[in-house]
Amino acid sequence: MLELKNISFGVSDEKGEKEILKNVNLNIDDNKFVVITGPNGSGKSTLAKIIAGIEKPTEGKIFFDGTDITDMSITERAKLGISFAFQQPVRFKGIYVLDLLRIAAGKDISVTDACKYLSEVGLCARDYVNREVNASLSGGELKRIEIATLLARGTSLSVFDEPEAGIDLWSFQNLIAVFERMRETTKGSILIISHQERILNIADEIVVLANGTISKTGSKDEILPEILGTTAAVSSCDRLDKGGDKCND
Amino acid sequence: MIDEIQKRILQEVADLHETPVGAYNIRANAETAERNTTENIDIVTKTDLPGIDIYIKANTKNESVHIPVVLSESGIKETVYNDFHIGENADVVIVAGCGIHNSGSSDSQHDGIHRFYLEKGAKVKYVEKHYGDGDGMGKRILNPKAEIYMDEDSVMEMEMVQIKGVDSTIRDTKADLKAGAKLLVRERLMTHGNQVAESEYIVNLLGENASTDVVSRSVAKDNSYQRFDSKIVGNAPCTGHTECDAIIMDNAKILAIPQLEANDLDAALIHEAAIGKIAGDQIIKLLTLGLTEEEAEEQIVNGFLK
Repeated sequence: MLELKNISFGVSDEKGEKEILKNVNLNIDDNKFVVITGPNGSGKSTLAKIIAGIEKPTEGKIFFDGTDITDMSITERAKLGISFAFQQPVRFKGIYVLDLLRIAAGKDISVTDACKYLSEVGLCARDYVNREVNASLSGGELKRIEIATLLARGTSLSVFDEPEAGIDLWSFQNLIAVFERMRETTKGSILIISHQERILNIADEIVVLANGTISKTGSKDEILPEILGTTAAVSSCDRLDKGGDKCND
Repeated sequence: MIDEIQKRILQEVADLHETPVGAYNIRANAETAERNTTENIDIVTKTDLPGIDIYIKANTKNESVHIPVVLSESGIKETVYNDFHIGENADVVIVAGCGIHNSGSSDSQHDGIHRFYLEKGAKVKYVEKHYGDGDGMGKRILNPKAEIYMDEDSVMEMEMVQIKGVDSTIRDTKADLKAGAKLLVRERLMTHGNQVAESEYIVNLLGENASTDVVSRSVAKDNSYQRFDSKIVGNAPCTGHTECDAIIMDNAKILAIPQLEANDLDAALIHEAAIGKIAGDQIIKLLTLGLTEEEAEEQIVNGFLK
């Protein structure tokens, strides 16, 4: 369904050229739950943004269901069936949760339908449909609403950029439950950027990215034992012991 | 008689699809076109100046007054004086609003001067919408002026909306609040093209526990200019808050001047002002949901002004 061919991405600043991704080749098959992991600064989030069209690769091609989407805009990709959940969900003054879910669904879904998506991410729907997506919502609430917008879209590929970033441990436990449920119920492929052991643990496949290239790829059973204890797979408690890892590469 | 253009403008400014229920005075092209009074609400034409006096009896509940103004002939310039006398403990809705359709080459201008006298315990919800259309070169100009005198424990809630279409507006609002009185202002404004919109508020909190909240949300597009100047004066133990939140686009200019003056130790006054462009992240988020850039921008602006 998704095929990345020789993807490279570089940026230039005052220090000169910097290569973030080098010749990345990756295939995501239909209905798979894939987690891309790797240490901070390995290029994971950049890769997710390249898939969504937010960043354009300097070299390489991207195919989605056989179509070359390399030069397509974010909107065109969204319409084809790619969804993207932000690492830091965006706030909007005056736009209500219901509005956002309706935009995501692409039609005027009923309040009942909107409530269904909110319930799936563990939010008491009645309390949230008429809330503004503004600073009054906590990081954990925003994260779940972000996921609900992807459920409302129901596309064949959903990409989540570090869903655990910026939320407290308690919310993190609930988030895992949401992904476990999505894994069971969602039709389509799910691609998550994460280095949380609990998320890696529910993957069909794990891709390890290091210094801008794919260093390992395989089933969870093959990969997870190799990376446990490294920065590519941290447990929630490690995070706590370290005084909170800022997952913001 | 009300013609088709006037009917359409009445819909825009007063949400009137047919003759309103209750008291009303419809002014079209500088003269009263239709009027209705009720047992509790009387409307009397002024003899010394153009305009009307509206008398609302004490304890009048759940009644409304509509006083829309329509200018559909190009070149009309008028100044109208409307005085509202709201009796003790009355609780009413007043819907004003002015729409200009100008397809001629002369400027059309309506300067509405409203004075509100709220007696003890009176409650008013005031809604005012401005609207302009027509493809003439003549400007559409609206300069509303309001003076609000609030007796003890009276409450006034004002909702003012001007979304596009009006070339030039200078809004001037002054209020004096006695003990326990409360004034809430919600202003929503969008300017585009070469429009100019200026808003000035002076709220004097004169008595104990008087309170006010003056909030403006606005969007300035193209080459338009907005000025929001809001001043709260606290002369007693009171609370006041004023806020201006604006989105700036294109080559627009916005000046926000919130001012506070405390003349009493227990006057608690706060102001906030924020001006900024639409965040890039907001646009990108909506693109990933399948909207185009234009649709995303429209969605953000409409939400902000909702």
